Amino acid sequence: MEAVFLAFVLMLSIFLGFELISKVPATLHTPLMSGANAISGITLVGALTSAGAGIEAMATLLGAVAVAFASINVVGGYLVTNRMLSMFKKKEGPPQSTGQPGASA
Amino acid sequence: MSAVFINVCYIAAAALFVFGLKQLGSPATAVRGNLLSATGMLIAIVVTLFSKGILEFQWILVAAAVGALIGAVAAQKVAMTAMPEMVALFNGSGGVASLLVGWAALYNTGNTTFTYITILLSVLIGGVTFSGSIIAWGKLSEVMTSRALVFGAQRAVNALILIALIACGVLFCLDPALDSPYLYAVVALSLLFGVMVVIPIGGADMPVVISLLNSYSGLAACAAGFAIQNNILIVAGSLVGAAGIILTNIMCKAMNRSLANVLFSGFGAVKTASKVEGEVKPINAEDAFLILEAASSVAFVPGYGMAVAQAQHVVRELGELLEGNGAEVSYAIHPVAGRMPGHMNVLLAEANVPYDQLIEMDDINPRIENIDVAVVIGANDVVNPAAREDANSPIYGMPIINVDQARTVFVLKRSMASGFAGVDNPLFFGENTRMLFGDAKASISAVVGEFKG
Repeated sequence: MEAVFLAFVLMLSIFLGFELISKVPATLHTPLMSGANAISGITLVGALTSAGAGIEAMATLLGAVAVAFASINVVGGYLVTNRMLSMFKKKEGPPQSTGQPGASA
Repeated sequence: MSAVFINVCYIAAAALFVFGLKQLGSPATAVRGNLLSATGMLIAIVVTLFSKGILEFQWILVAAAVGALIGAVAAQKVAMTAMPEMVALFNGSGGVASLLVGWAALYNTGNTTFTYITILLSVLIGGVTFSGSIIAWGKLSEVMTSRALVFGAQRAVNALILIALIACGVLFCLDPALDSPYLYAVVALSLLFGVMVVIPIGGADMPVVISLLNSYSGLAACAAGFAIQNNILIVAGSLVGAAGIILTNIMCKAMNRSLANVLFSGFGAVKTASKVEGEVKPINAEDAFLILEAASSVAFVPGYGMAVAQAQHVVRELGELLEGNGAEVSYAIHPVAGRMPGHMNVLLAEANVPYDQLIEMDDINPRIENIDVAVVIGANDVVNPAAREDANSPIYGMPIINVDQARTVFVLKRSMASGFAGVDNPLFFGENTRMLFGDAKASISAVVGEFKG
């Protein structure tokens, strides 16, 4: 019964995901992808339970390594998404016609 | 904390993920959306940490600190041009985490056959995501060749790996011992399979692969959620899985190819385009300046070459000069320009180009005839008229930005080599096409210099 219940949750979430994403403009595809990628780091929650349950040394080890990788995914994913998104700006006022030199990478 | 309270918090986290993703859909709300989603993640993590199931903290704290530090430094340091590689690596770390979570779930008591199947699935999908992402990273960062690696018996080999995977999986489920050799076999074969599915995919198809791996990383988390019977993993994982599938689909449509075609055939292996011959008309920066100065509408069409040359800042500078000169400036962006979905948009945003100047292909094409000058910077296939006219071309049928229909086209190109797909581009020989040879950044800088001088 538990499996059926979880499958039900799965089915609804997939439909919700399709509905949510289908209207994102192309401009935001990269941040959307890295933002979604950060969410997939939710596996960290699973890793925490495995690493902390203290069942067996092997499970703790596997869990701890998983915690490290999932933390990279979560922290890096959210920060990099934020960094990208903060660069997207709407046009403010008239453009500068002077065109300052420099500003090259 | 009671199980009910934990689950209520998970519901709140799931709601925040949903709102976060929703708000990521518009540039005005996207920053807040990402914050909401991060808040949801924080709630889920904190609640899990304080649940009764967690007895040992020392390993968790060390591992989380190490991971968070690596992630934070990488996110701050990465150059915007290297973003596709970074996303690939983050995908990969999520994948391997799900693999390990699935594996560790074997040590839980009371596992049923269904649980063992989901454990194998999370190991399989996590493994493919991990090794596939590493190969994608290698191709994107040019650590290895970014061309499609194709060999004769590839499909047969892949089929064999898949059969072996299923066989080992079944054998494991029949006797799910903790140190079963079949378990190790599944781990190894999954990693091998991930490598095998990504190596035959060429650099120009990378936007598809990146979105697909993104989807897999979500599905892996979802499978891990089944393995440990955790709702929040299933909800969040399947949201990401669905998002990745949609992006994959958009990328495939933008190339007029099916997903199967992208995954299983090395690009350009089947057909050879009709040879195009003609004479190119090279110009220098001074001529380009004179034409641009007289133009009242200019569209920049960037491609991967702009990222390679790091030319986005000088392009923006030229754009501002042109605007100051009274021209209407826009940036026309093909959905698969670059190496990941939205790659060009991020680069131009980094260079302070306002997002309302970034025009999608379907919006620019109807009015391309009114554009005085289309400036193609390091793009090739996405502006190749052969996709429209030459039924023998490997990219025939792919929607393109019809720059050849603009009044004048400038093509910035390093030299007269063919594009990524090895396709000859009739655009270069067009009556209204002018070639500006050299490094994109240097060429644009020279034109900017003419404007200022």
